[in-house]
Amino acid sequence: MELYRSHVLVCGGTGCHSSGSADIIEHFNRDLKKYGIEKEVKVVQTGCFGLCEVGPVVIVYPEGAFYSRVKDEDVTEIVSEHLVKGRIVKHLLYHDSLDASQEIKSLDEVPFYQKQERVALRNCGVINPENIDEYIAFDGYKALGKVLTEMTPEEVIETIKASGLRGRGGAGFPTGLKWEFTYKAKGDKKFVACNADEGDPGAFMDRSILEGDPHAVIEAMTIAGYTVGADQGYIYVRAEYPIAVQRLTIAIAQAREYGLLGKNILGTDFSFDLELRLGAGAFVCGEETALMASVEGFRGEPRPRPPFPAVKGLFGKPTLLNNVETYANIPQIIINGPEWLQSIGTEKSKGTKVFALGGKINNTGLVEVPMGTTLREIIYEIGGGIPNGKQFKAAQTGGPSGGCIPAQHLDTPIDYDSLAAIGSMMGSGGLIVMDEDNCMVDIARFFLEFTVDESCGKCPPCRIGTKRMLELLNKIAEGKGEEGDIEKLVELGEGIKTASLCGLGQSAPNPVLSTIRYFREEYEEHIKDKKCRAGVCQALLQYTIIEDKCRSCGLCAKACPVNAISGQRKQPYVIDQATCIKCGACMEKCPFDAIVKR
Amino acid sequence: MEMIKVKIDGVEVEVPAGTTALEAARLANIDIPTLCYLKDINEIGACRMCLVEVEGARSLQASCVFPVADGMNIKTNTPKVRAARKLSLELILSNHDRKCLTCVRSQNCELQDLAKNLGIDDIRFEGERYDKPVDSLSPSIVRDPNKCVLCRRCVAVCRNVQGIGVIGATERGFDTNIEPVFDMSINDVPCINCGQCIAACPVGALREKDDTEKVWDALHNPDLHVVVQTAPAVRVALGEEFGMEMGTRVTGKMVAALRRLGFDRVFDTDFAADLTIMEEGTELLDRVKNGGKLPMITSCSPGWIKYCEHYYPEFLDNLSTCKSPHEMMGAVVKSYYAEKNNWDPSKVFVVSIMPCTAKKFEAQRPELSATGHPDVDVVLTTRELARMIKEAGMDLTKLPDEEFDPALGDSTGAGVIFGATGGVMEAALRTVYEVVTGEPMENIEIHAVRGIEGVKETEVKLGDMTVRAAIVHGTANAKALLEQIKSGEKEYHFIEVMGCPGGCVTGGGQPIVKAKTYMEKDPKVVRAKAIYEEDRDLPIRKSHENPSVKKLYEEFLGEPNSKKAHDLLHTHYTQRSVY
Amino acid sequence: MKTLKELEEIRQRTLESVNLRKDRTGTRVVVGMATCGIAAGARPVLMAFVEEIRNRKLQHVTVTQTGCIGVCRLEPMVEVYLPGEEKVTYVKMTPEKVKRVVAEHLVNGQVVREFTIGAEEKVE
Repeated sequence: MELYRSHVLVCGGTGCHSSGSADIIEHFNRDLKKYGIEKEVKVVQTGCFGLCEVGPVVIVYPEGAFYSRVKDEDVTEIVSEHLVKGRIVKHLLYHDSLDASQEIKSLDEVPFYQKQERVALRNCGVINPENIDEYIAFDGYKALGKVLTEMTPEEVIETIKASGLRGRGGAGFPTGLKWEFTYKAKGDKKFVACNADEGDPGAFMDRSILEGDPHAVIEAMTIAGYTVGADQGYIYVRAEYPIAVQRLTIAIAQAREYGLLGKNILGTDFSFDLELRLGAGAFVCGEETALMASVEGFRGEPRPRPPFPAVKGLFGKPTLLNNVETYANIPQIIINGPEWLQSIGTEKSKGTKVFALGGKINNTGLVEVPMGTTLREIIYEIGGGIPNGKQFKAAQTGGPSGGCIPAQHLDTPIDYDSLAAIGSMMGSGGLIVMDEDNCMVDIARFFLEFTVDESCGKCPPCRIGTKRMLELLNKIAEGKGEEGDIEKLVELGEGIKTASLCGLGQSAPNPVLSTIRYFREEYEEHIKDKKCRAGVCQALLQYTIIEDKCRSCGLCAKACPVNAISGQRKQPYVIDQATCIKCGACMEKCPFDAIVKR
Repeated sequence: MEMIKVKIDGVEVEVPAGTTALEAARLANIDIPTLCYLKDINEIGACRMCLVEVEGARSLQASCVFPVADGMNIKTNTPKVRAARKLSLELILSNHDRKCLTCVRSQNCELQDLAKNLGIDDIRFEGERYDKPVDSLSPSIVRDPNKCVLCRRCVAVCRNVQGIGVIGATERGFDTNIEPVFDMSINDVPCINCGQCIAACPVGALREKDDTEKVWDALHNPDLHVVVQTAPAVRVALGEEFGMEMGTRVTGKMVAALRRLGFDRVFDTDFAADLTIMEEGTELLDRVKNGGKLPMITSCSPGWIKYCEHYYPEFLDNLSTCKSPHEMMGAVVKSYYAEKNNWDPSKVFVVSIMPCTAKKFEAQRPELSATGHPDVDVVLTTRELARMIKEAGMDLTKLPDEEFDPALGDSTGAGVIFGATGGVMEAALRTVYEVVTGEPMENIEIHAVRGIEGVKETEVKLGDMTVRAAIVHGTANAKALLEQIKSGEKEYHFIEVMGCPGGCVTGGGQPIVKAKTYMEKDPKVVRAKAIYEEDRDLPIRKSHENPSVKKLYEEFLGEPNSKKAHDLLHTHYTQRSVY
Repeated sequence: MKTLKELEEIRQRTLESVNLRKDRTGTRVVVGMATCGIAAGARPVLMAFVEEIRNRKLQHVTVTQTGCIGVCRLEPMVEVYLPGEEKVTYVKMTPEKVKRVVAEHLVNGQVVREFTIGAEEKVE
């Protein structure tokens, strides 16, 4: 076996990959060869480190030097200085990773990681996801071994039930119960399936797990297969996740090679195999019955439940369907015991949850925190707060199914039940932060536009109702709102929630309803005062020239594409509001900040 | 069967386990509104009209697919339920082309019924509406997407019952459309024109191509001899359009109405059915004796013929070369009958009243013009005939019973039963048996071939030969049987295939039956019963005993399958592409 | 087809390699790897430490490098940090000396006095 003195871990998650991490790996290898130290230093492509904001990210061990935003030319310096001469290139390090005395902090002490607890993500950014041995080194397939040789299906179910694990896909149904239902369902054939059709805008927890630790999901599904009595599993993954698909494909092949999938796993008489099914990216296919229709080759449309998948699922057979993050918890629960998970989290929500931080926040990226961590901790301590000193306005959780949480609830501990109580939901873990520059009508419109597009069209409340809501929101944003529109929105929203067939429709109005609940005054301003306080809704804006500041230079008039600005020398210029198309070109050009938007 | 007790709006009912809440409610005399539900065909819980509250359940449940459990307490009329139903309905209406006054389905529309029954007096959420072109390129089916409520009943029938699936949902969300793929016209996809989609449609989104104007024009043209013929299935269904009980026979009143509409001759397609038996029976015996292609498959159903041309061209040689009965009639009218009456065939206009939309396409086939003119000029469905009668101001129920015109109006019970699945087989066996054995058939009612089972089989001993026969109806059943024949699993001499489930009595051109009615009775059964009654009441019940048919052979055709018979009464088939 | 035992073997074997990626706790061996150190033969010394530590399965020890430690004439130089103890600096190291340092100091806690900077300076 090769012996290395240093490991260079380069993030190969989708975020860093698209900012050029593949080139960086190549550059490292090239330079190592140049210095003849390619046998001393190993370059490893890992899964996501979570701090996507500062990618591409490179960590050099054993020092634990965390290099951020690594550019191609930086690689030359890191190799010649750090790897050849042992001098850490401090100016390339992530700013938060140095302590007061300019010494490298352990990663655990970096604020971004300090409050995190990595369970589902534990191997992401640590192992090479394309190397099964590295997964095995970190206790991989130990749980499967234990289950197959020491535990009965009932014992596995009891363990999962006792751990308090709840589904991480959104609704938070107790995982152990789901396993038990499928186990108890009668059927000559059963299936295990994994929902990797992550569709919330901005959410990429599942993708990162699949990219960084695919074997965790494979191992968990195999355990699930043994438990419920299935010999075949399907992973339904979005085709838009090419890296995840590739790593899963490799991982499945390796697991088969090691006999961890296939016939007589680990020499027992249990056989199980996995197949990938690529989804074409319809959001509704995240709904379990639509997902199964799609796996079966039909249009991805949900159907009413009952029957539940545990009774009648894929191809009409009892099917256990969990999401990626849920599965990623399973092996560790088996190894560490249910009490371990019980010790993390809140009373009714155990363990951790991964969130994808996005929007107006300094550290956009992926974080995993114990249930019960407050929004404030996530946003300000882990996420590094709001950029440019702006004021926090709301946090949106649960994606298009969730709601907006205002500042007054920043100290709400995040778990399934408290989020539901304040009109939002855990969802799959998208967390989008909004500041004073975000208009809540516009935000509601953004999410609703998404669901209107993604509604499958099967049931009228969702198909037509969400469209009508969107039309009302557009009307309001365009300054044509009327008295009574808010009430209409509420009535439609509540009605759609009660009458819709599946979870998509039943939750689609949430972004609108929650913004009306907490930011009704913004809606009223749009309707009554024809004003958008955040300056987002174009139709409600006016560009005006402040007389005192205007020096009559005429640059604005020249910049205006529609000749809406007129004036003469020594007289302040004027914008003709009827002609103005609100493009903002004048404001950009004005050297005296004499043009304002309001 | 395990019986369970449930409470519905406080009324306790006992139902078999697995019963849906909708069915259970009916037993408690509660009529839950439905729209997308079509018993046994479309049970998908999509339209949200049938929502009910189930005690203990998190959300409202679609009663049409919700199986009740013992001790369950269901409420069908709570404020929450009513609000949800009304909202869904209002939303559907907000995107519905509400030209009810000029809609072919006005007063026979399930959406209209719902709006009335649920007390919708205002549509509060107006907005964008579908504005899509109407597809009227098909000679049989017109599709108006602006009236479509996306209930999927047509999709389910086409895919599951007929095994075809040329229409389905495209796009998604508000843009979801029920249509053929790639924006194609229904005319350009392998649709068989059976019209079962129309029969399933609760609104006016699918209808037959209306050809009544052509018939009015012909009737008012003094230069034309306008001859009408009616298929057997029409007489047991037409009355429904005039409020009569399903299964009422209106043969005489129908003839009276046709005569009053101004047709010069009123003939019976049953005559041609008898003629078909003579030709087809002879063809079968010939194939059996002389090593022809077997099994021979009937060719009366134009939906089935087009299905075979698209999907099973390898069976085209198995199809009987006989034209369908009304086409034979047209050919005979324009040759034999025209000759006898000194009519110029180009001045003869043949109208067929059919339970069928596929016949409209069939009539346009270029190969079906034995005299150089189309054998049949216009095909009207039962529904179109009803509209003409209404337009002429006649109340069918009050008309006297009249007789068909002589000669080509003479028919037998064998001709009548063509209208129900198994009828062609039964008629053929009645004749073939006597022709082969030379002795009268003891019991001419062959119950083995009757009924609505998807596939029926029978064996008949004809002297020293046993004929193995099968009867299927609905093309999905045909598909399954053909596959079994291809694999060698099944072997027959003779197969009757009808494109529509139930045969012609429930053809795509028949009066529309509402989903609610399907829950009470099956038109396949009720109308077929009337057909068999008609048979029983006729003095002659075997095709080969039809005196006018005999006369036709004596005076004109010679004998069955003669050269002349072939020229006039037989046809050929063409393979058609699938996509 | 792997057995449970084989899995365990893979686990142990691979752990040695990936152990490097753990955060620094326990004993640290720091090798000076500036130009002076490299010229004096620091790289073989570094690799010798890595190999010897692996052979002895000393999972709590990490070997890292640093820049110039400052006394170029005494290169290759190595600093050993044991938790809670004073830093020990070895000078003029060779791969042979590494074996003794590992055996005596890292395993048994006995500083190899004769190689330390103190001993060297006394000699001078």
